[in-house]
Amino acid sequence: MQRIGVFVCHCGTNIAATVDVKTVAETLGKEPGVVISQDYQYMCSESGQNLVKDAIKEHNLTGIVICSCSPRMHENTFRKAAAAAGLNPYLVEIANIREQCSWIHKEIATATEKAVILGRAAIAKVHLNAPLTAGESPVVKKALVIGGGIAGIQTALDIAEAGFDVDIVEKNPTIGGKMAQIDKTFPTLDCAACILTPKMVEASQNERITIRSFSEVTDVKGFVGNFTVKIKKKARYVDETKCTGCGLCTEKCPMKKVPNEFNMGLDNRSAVYIPFAQAVPKVATIDPNYCMMLKTGKCGVCSKVCSVGAINYKQQDEIIEEKYGAIIVATGFNPISLDKYDEFAYGQSPDVVTSLELERLMNAAGPNGGTLLRPSDKTHPHTIVFVQCVGSRCDDSKGKPYCSKICCMYTAKHAMLIREKYPDTEVYVFYIDVRTPGKNFDEFYRRAVEQYNVHYIKGMVGKVTPKSDGKIDVQASDLLANEQLHINADMVVLAAAIEPDKTARPLATMLTTQMDTNDFFTEAHPKLRPVESATAGIFLSGACQGPKDIPETVAQASAAAAKAIGLLCKNSITCNPCVAHSNELMCNGCSSCEKVCPYGAITYIDKEFRMPDRTTKVRRVASVNPAVCQGCGACTVACPSGAMDLNGFSNSQIMAEVDAICK
Amino acid sequence: MQEAMINKAKQLLADGTVSRVIGWKRGEFAYDITPAVFETAEELEKDFVFDDFTSANVSKYLVKESKKEGKVLVFLKPCDTYSLNQLTKEHRVDRDNIYVVGIPGGPKLDIEKIKAKGITGITSVKNDNFTLKIETLYGEETMPFYEAVLDKCASCKSKKHVTYDELIGEDGDTLESNRFDMVEQLENMTSQERYDFWRSELSKCIRCNACRNVCPACTCENCVFDNPASGIDNKAPADSFEENMFHIIRAFHVAGRCTDCGECSRVCPQHIPLHLLNRKFIKDINSLYGEYQAGADTTSRAPLTDYTADDCEASIVHERGVE
Amino acid sequence: MQVNDNKEFQPLIVAFCCNWCSYAGADLSGTNRLNYPTNVKIIRVPCSCRVNPMFILRAFQKGADGVILCGCHPGDCHYTSGNYFTRRRMTLLFSMLDFLGIERDRTRVEWVSAAEGAKFAATMNEFTEAVKKLGPNRRLEDLRCRKQ
Repeated sequence: MQRIGVFVCHCGTNIAATVDVKTVAETLGKEPGVVISQDYQYMCSESGQNLVKDAIKEHNLTGIVICSCSPRMHENTFRKAAAAAGLNPYLVEIANIREQCSWIHKEIATATEKAVILGRAAIAKVHLNAPLTAGESPVVKKALVIGGGIAGIQTALDIAEAGFDVDIVEKNPTIGGKMAQIDKTFPTLDCAACILTPKMVEASQNERITIRSFSEVTDVKGFVGNFTVKIKKKARYVDETKCTGCGLCTEKCPMKKVPNEFNMGLDNRSAVYIPFAQAVPKVATIDPNYCMMLKTGKCGVCSKVCSVGAINYKQQDEIIEEKYGAIIVATGFNPISLDKYDEFAYGQSPDVVTSLELERLMNAAGPNGGTLLRPSDKTHPHTIVFVQCVGSRCDDSKGKPYCSKICCMYTAKHAMLIREKYPDTEVYVFYIDVRTPGKNFDEFYRRAVEQYNVHYIKGMVGKVTPKSDGKIDVQASDLLANEQLHINADMVVLAAAIEPDKTARPLATMLTTQMDTNDFFTEAHPKLRPVESATAGIFLSGACQGPKDIPETVAQASAAAAKAIGLLCKNSITCNPCVAHSNELMCNGCSSCEKVCPYGAITYIDKEFRMPDRTTKVRRVASVNPAVCQGCGACTVACPSGAMDLNGFSNSQIMAEVDAICK
Repeated sequence: MQEAMINKAKQLLADGTVSRVIGWKRGEFAYDITPAVFETAEELEKDFVFDDFTSANVSKYLVKESKKEGKVLVFLKPCDTYSLNQLTKEHRVDRDNIYVVGIPGGPKLDIEKIKAKGITGITSVKNDNFTLKIETLYGEETMPFYEAVLDKCASCKSKKHVTYDELIGEDGDTLESNRFDMVEQLENMTSQERYDFWRSELSKCIRCNACRNVCPACTCENCVFDNPASGIDNKAPADSFEENMFHIIRAFHVAGRCTDCGECSRVCPQHIPLHLLNRKFIKDINSLYGEYQAGADTTSRAPLTDYTADDCEASIVHERGVE
Repeated sequence: MQVNDNKEFQPLIVAFCCNWCSYAGADLSGTNRLNYPTNVKIIRVPCSCRVNPMFILRAFQKGADGVILCGCHPGDCHYTSGNYFTRRRMTLLFSMLDFLGIERDRTRVEWVSAAEGAKFAATMNEFTEAVKKLGPNRRLEDLRCRKQ
């Protein structure tokens, strides 16, 4: 026989002003199974909770119903109180008589009547509640970081620092990411390489960190604390363990006409290459699309000059399988393709460049050794026009609806650096708005305008036309002066919008994490859980979650690391016990449930059953992994026989609520 | 045809390919045909029947028979092969343990339609060039063949076998059928008219469960209506529209899985046109989510375990014409 | 069916709300004191895809005059895809109920996010009015289970 306690909260006057709490307590006290029904001023207060605890002990209660505010508010509070008094926390039900009753209704009679009905529904449900015990599942004490840019490096370093093993999977031959391509950083103007490369070295030397460069994640199985990941180690045709990074092969390679992606295709590299001098790992990679030996079987120069015999033309892609407890996504961003922006003449004139190309043009390790020269004729540019928001804050289908966030600041940086180095160069910046929130950011921008006399013009560039004399005509409007401008420029720099890396979407599918319509990963809560994905055990680091500058990226990377460390510290994790389970006696093994499960929590096993006639029968039945199941209940409806049911929201419990409400 | 089938069965039994045969045998009356399992050549010789009344879809028997020791031979008409495919897809049968011999489809006859002509005491029915020669205790009667064809055969959707190991005779093609005509007719009625139609039909239900027992999609180990935890377990039938809860839920459970074999209506002793509920779902699925024929293959995703981000909203029901 | 003093028909509305979006949206309309009629009684489910057609039929059978199902907006499901399945299931179920002659305005699916307290209240007001116009549900009920 059930012994149910009902506790009606006044919530001061929040409930008591519109609901006659005494009547509610009295009426519900007469429901079958209810042995005690009380009201109290503030049920969630310590004395209120003590009232509940004492009643549980005194009346030996088998279930309690709290008529109070939303379960989203205090369900946990009362579950804890119940547990403290020795009652299984899942034998607690909340009737929401505040948000869904007293606060929306005015008439006391009808509000009270509704509160009683809501209470009855909760009582009907709690009659059928079963004590649930949260299961436990072990945690593999190792993390996987996907992406080896500054976000991935920082996350890996922090996790390693806390004493856990970390693997970094990077699809390129070297870690470093976008930051390695950047010349100087705002707002301090210190050199990016000077602050990044020591971190890259630190990562490579940390014994807890394994860098898996030139590798990609191809498959993710499992769940929080227990992921099994397949990593494809792409063939680089060079034995990493032997290569010393001396670079002789890259010098001797006869195939020198390969566009250099590290320098944004502004110069060429050889078919066997090391992306840049400080690459980590500093190992050569052969580009099979250009290597004569791999394409035609004739050449073999690199193999001949390599003194350690590291070249291996027969190397194959390799699949490695590893287990991890946590996965941190740090796939970063790319500038968008400007193919659709004919009006800016990108692709028509080599002197119209993107901001990232400008970084390389100005970099000491770049194609011009740090001297800013026009790509077309290698002359010194005297007039440079910057165009902001190319593809950002766009409402058409060409661009992105969001602000790319970093462009205002790096453009101020570029403008300032150019004016500093080449005072004879005039710099114009066309902007919609200048957005500089951030520590020392606005000061930085004002320095560009006030000290360096950069011409900031509010307005949009309408058309960029390369002219026959090598100059570029920039037609624009000055919105403040309300006039049309023509600027005779030597170079045009486009602040292209940034977008998530193309690998992000297939990865999200593998990880069963959510993405927004722009392919940025969605955080579990936009304010309160900004570095976790909604899928347990998957964390977000850096620009894969949204546009970010370096300080923000590093902050988020460390935050993601902290969250991952919090998980890795545990020996096991508690699972939500409100998960699906299959009644094997009724299961048909038809696979309907498996098809609607978003988490891959359902598998099938052949199970032996003893039949009433003492024979045995083997049947295929569904089996739910409680550590993977998140308890959505999609399977329960897909199941025709009703074998699949959900703890805490069972068919009979919901039916009982329906019946109580419709009585 | 019957002879060819018996010979084929005997041959496959003799060479050890199969150890038993699912077919049909005669019941008490000539037209009273029932599915049966045969294990020897003698049994086949004695009882095996294939004629104008062997309309029963025997695929459902494979749920049990295919799990027994040794292979089972089954004779399937085109429509029955869809059911087998669907059962294979849902892992309800062991297809490797089944030897399917495809046989030509109907049209098969409906004894009720003959009896409805006032013909009684029937001892045999012969098809003589599309005129039925009916021997009765009271002498011979005749009627046109097509007036006695089963409803499910009159709206045949396919003469094509979608799965078989061997064929007797030639394979046909899928057909343009008029099977949605009646559904459409109902859709064009007013809500009240539809309600009156279904109330009069469904209130005839005696909850004998024949529809459930014959349906090849209803192969649950334990029906939800027999499951006390489901909250809807069996109740005494009452003369109330409540009966249609059973039929709505049954139709919903087979939605996207029903191959439209028509057995539910064929076996209903109260002649309730239950297949119309299934066809309504099929028609909706075809028009809202793209043409889908359950059982046409064994791999495609069923419409109710699938989705696209731009599926129509449920409000589409409200936006349709007649209220 | 509740009948109040001035004998105006008061329908009974059962609303199934998913825990993550719509139930939170309902809470928000409470927090913002946005009124909707007492006729609406909410049942919390983890996801709209937890709602079995049997629950809806049961509600009608036991005397509900309207049933509304609320979930996260398509694309925003806490469980990624739950509401997509809900959408197909309910479209087919409602179409079937319509086919059986049950008034279409007694059933409804609405996507309400946790931020849409105002939409929740407006939806409930609107739906209650629509059901009120239809009058008591007589077509799909089990008379034996009714309060006499």
